[in-house]
Amino acid sequence: MHHRLLLQGETLHLMPSGALFWPARATLAVSDLHLGKSERLARRGGALLPPYETQATLEKLDHDLEATRAEKVICLGDSFDDLAALDGIEEASRLWLIRLMAGRDWTWITGNHDPGPIEIGGTHRAELPLAPFTFRHIADPAQSAEISGHYHPKARLAGQSRPCFLADADRLILPAYGAYTGGLSCTDPALAALMAKDALAILTGPRVLAIPMPR
Amino acid sequence: MMTLPPALSAWFAAQGWTLHPHQLAMLDRAQDPATLLIAPTGGGKTLAGFLPSLAELGEAPPPGLHTLYVSPLKALTADIRRNLGRPIEGAGLKIRVEDRTGDTSWTQRRRQRADPPHILLTTPESLALLLSYEDAPRIFQGLQRVIVDEIHALAESKRGDQLVLQLARLRSRNPALRLVGLSATVENPPALARFLAPQTTILQADPGPDPDISMLETEAHPPWSGGGGRYAIPAILNEITRHKTTLIFHNTRAQAELFFHDLWLQNTQDLPIGIHHGSLSRESRERVEKAMSDGQLRAVVCTGSLDLGIDWGDVDLVIQVGAPKNVKRLVQRIGRANHRYNAPSKALLVPANRFEVVECQAALDAVRAHSLDGEPRGPGPRDVLCQHILATACAGPFDADEFYAEVITAGPYALLTKEEFDACLDFVATGGYALRAYDRWQRLKQTNGKWHLRDPRAAALIRQNLGTIIDIETLKVRLRGQGAPLGEVEESFAATLTPGDTFLIGGQIVRYESLREMTVEVSRSSGRDPKVAVFNGTKFATSTLLTDRILQIFQQESWPDLPAHTAWWLARQREVSRLPDPRSLLLESFPHDGREHLVIYGFAGRNAQQTLGLLVTKQMESQGLAPLGFVATDYATLIWGLDPVTDPAPLFDLATLRDGLDTWLAGNAVMKRTFRSTAIIAGLIERSHQGRRKTGRQATFSSDILYDTLRRYDPDHLLLQITREEALRGLIDFSRIEAMLARIEGRIDLVRLNRVTPLAAPLFFEPGRIPVQGEGRDRLASAQAQALMEAAGLT
Repeated sequence: MHHRLLLQGETLHLMPSGALFWPARATLAVSDLHLGKSERLARRGGALLPPYETQATLEKLDHDLEATRAEKVICLGDSFDDLAALDGIEEASRLWLIRLMAGRDWTWITGNHDPGPIEIGGTHRAELPLAPFTFRHIADPAQSAEISGHYHPKARLAGQSRPCFLADADRLILPAYGAYTGGLSCTDPALAALMAKDALAILTGPRVLAIPMPR
Repeated sequence: MMTLPPALSAWFAAQGWTLHPHQLAMLDRAQDPATLLIAPTGGGKTLAGFLPSLAELGEAPPPGLHTLYVSPLKALTADIRRNLGRPIEGAGLKIRVEDRTGDTSWTQRRRQRADPPHILLTTPESLALLLSYEDAPRIFQGLQRVIVDEIHALAESKRGDQLVLQLARLRSRNPALRLVGLSATVENPPALARFLAPQTTILQADPGPDPDISMLETEAHPPWSGGGGRYAIPAILNEITRHKTTLIFHNTRAQAELFFHDLWLQNTQDLPIGIHHGSLSRESRERVEKAMSDGQLRAVVCTGSLDLGIDWGDVDLVIQVGAPKNVKRLVQRIGRANHRYNAPSKALLVPANRFEVVECQAALDAVRAHSLDGEPRGPGPRDVLCQHILATACAGPFDADEFYAEVITAGPYALLTKEEFDACLDFVATGGYALRAYDRWQRLKQTNGKWHLRDPRAAALIRQNLGTIIDIETLKVRLRGQGAPLGEVEESFAATLTPGDTFLIGGQIVRYESLREMTVEVSRSSGRDPKVAVFNGTKFATSTLLTDRILQIFQQESWPDLPAHTAWWLARQREVSRLPDPRSLLLESFPHDGREHLVIYGFAGRNAQQTLGLLVTKQMESQGLAPLGFVATDYATLIWGLDPVTDPAPLFDLATLRDGLDTWLAGNAVMKRTFRSTAIIAGLIERSHQGRRKTGRQATFSSDILYDTLRRYDPDHLLLQITREEALRGLIDFSRIEAMLARIEGRIDLVRLNRVTPLAAPLFFEPGRIPVQGEGRDRLASAQAQALMEAAGLT
């Protein structure tokens, strides 16, 4: 079950997986996939992490696309862990991603981990206006009606910390969608300063749960 | 027999020292390849270990490393350096002794590598680092002897496994190397000897007189449950005044803190009393250590941090607060009193609650009967081997077959198969993944038959991660606006605090203000009672030897040895219900406070009782009995839920429990915690370095995610195998559930009652209640979210 959020007069579905679905536009938005993270760490001579996170993330995305029948997809930046990450991704995952993209209007927003254009289809944008919203990677405190990612917000409830959406009247911040992503507690000053006093945290997990944003 | 340099003999004579028989015997055996010396505290063990080295080095030895001394404690190396310095300087020997630990300065360490001293004092971790350098062969070239101090303590953890792998390395380089292990009293000397090296001979020193040990008599009765023994403070203060120096041992840091705080409030005579435990800052600990050795303190409240052999001078009384849990450790702690050989040590036991009164009695009986407990050691853990392979690769290329042949000379790895070794090597080299490999980015590569690092620059990072001590994430606690930290608390504890909460640290009550840059900022609080009383400490499970003895005590007709209040309590239980016995499993079932309760008197130790709680509630959940939670002690598990258990036999069917274990292990927090340690030791994830952790968006992600990913995509991965093995052995302790079921042979007695029984009552006050995660908990979270939203006027 998703959480229904009314933002700027639009109904948005915040999904337990951490994806955002906008039914009126048949649009799915996800943020911070960090594909190819384990490969990047290995390349740099570090530990050899289980190389399955790309597969896990794509499985989740595949499932959400199937469930929502989204026609338009917006990836809110940091989709690849770095510029070389796409090369490092195994062929099967690459083909899988291309299959997911086929027949869909797909936008890659530029993030801080994958700044340049990448050798894969879709549209590449610094930000994407889609009235009434603007989709960008990092929230801009001076703007409103924006949907962004970047912070990997997390919140605690009943002793557990889970990735969460943060929402107030002006903006929505998405949790990180990728499998190997850490998180930033929403009590962190950076997030506390960004979000209005009455902001909600909508926790992902087996079911979505909305609470007043913990500070 | 080897002889001491004349100058040294003369110095000994001038001091009026005569060598003990076991010290002379060590000189006799100087040429043996490996010797294990077992001697009581105060028996001059360490000197005995060094005598052959001093004899061999003589008055003016040539330069080069001759003897390596390894101890589990940094503080011990400094202590030994001072103690060894006296005879060496006194006799005018030209022997250089230096220590090398994590605290040694960079320049000093660098110089030691270029020009090693004759005798180097170090820890297993610093030795691992030293051996990982390319110039290790040169440093250890002339090494003749290795002394491993407190080997009984090292053998209880992975630090010991790491150390013996390193000893195997040194032995294969230098076949003439001779090893000496120094140990306190242990239950199985041959096993410890085999742990040190093949063909180790055992030398047993005279154990000295039996200790003078008893239970402290107090006017106040011990409480029904809980720990800390604060009821006994007046009696303990009285004992402190009657002795020169008293060590007061507690089982956990939290209890030591609470006790110390209350002790001060009642210390009307202003006796100088200090506190010492692992969470305090190094400065605070050193201050106490110094005051202690200067004889300025009348008592020190401490934990296991004082278990090992630093010489504290004139300790004449040891008080153990709380049940000792383990007879061997109790005996070793008692040995801390009276550091004079051949004089009895004096110790008092202070049970913290009624159950512990019985356990203390059982421990007294065991000490008097000279019976010691100890679980047999399992095979050498493979995560430690993985780290050893990585560290070895840092030092230079190696041949896999030769390396394997060397590894199996280390006691714990004697039975390691070539396949198991190869799997570890494959994990280190390629990640060991079934479905996908890092063909291009292997960590180790093979060139001309020898394995080496693909990227030599990786060595620096690998070295930073060496060691097998996995710290629980801790945060420094600091008074707002002041420099020196008061100590540390676990991160999970800090996460539960909200501004205004008060807690204890370093014996003072502080008020939580904020979390800033990974430091907990606090202010002084004027309140008398801390609001948040505990932070998690290590929990030891009561040994099988002790639980068996407790069950035996229950079988007595009356209890003349026990204090009247406890004897009365047991008699009441016998009247109302019955007392657990060794031949069956007693269950009690009763309603209380609107919930149904089930008590399982398994006497299997805290960890196994906890696992039993998890497995039984899982069964109950599938039977629709709606369990809501449970709490476990060393003796029993209390489960509460909505419906009563009426047919218990299926709940304790071994096959069902095993099945349950397999599925339950999957998403379990214990497994995740175990995986984290294993993954750090094996080199899959890096230790988080306190100083390097940044605020802002976290660069790291939790090991839980890696665990879940592996379980899903690579369930047979080496690290999952190791994790399972470890968890079963340690925290889950399934073997004790199996042993308990074997003991009762299917005899399960369910007693249905209409109210709480005397034996069950204390369980209701136990901390550490564990909620049963299920559909019910999800509903609970939803309800809580709903309430929060309503409170905020958002519905």
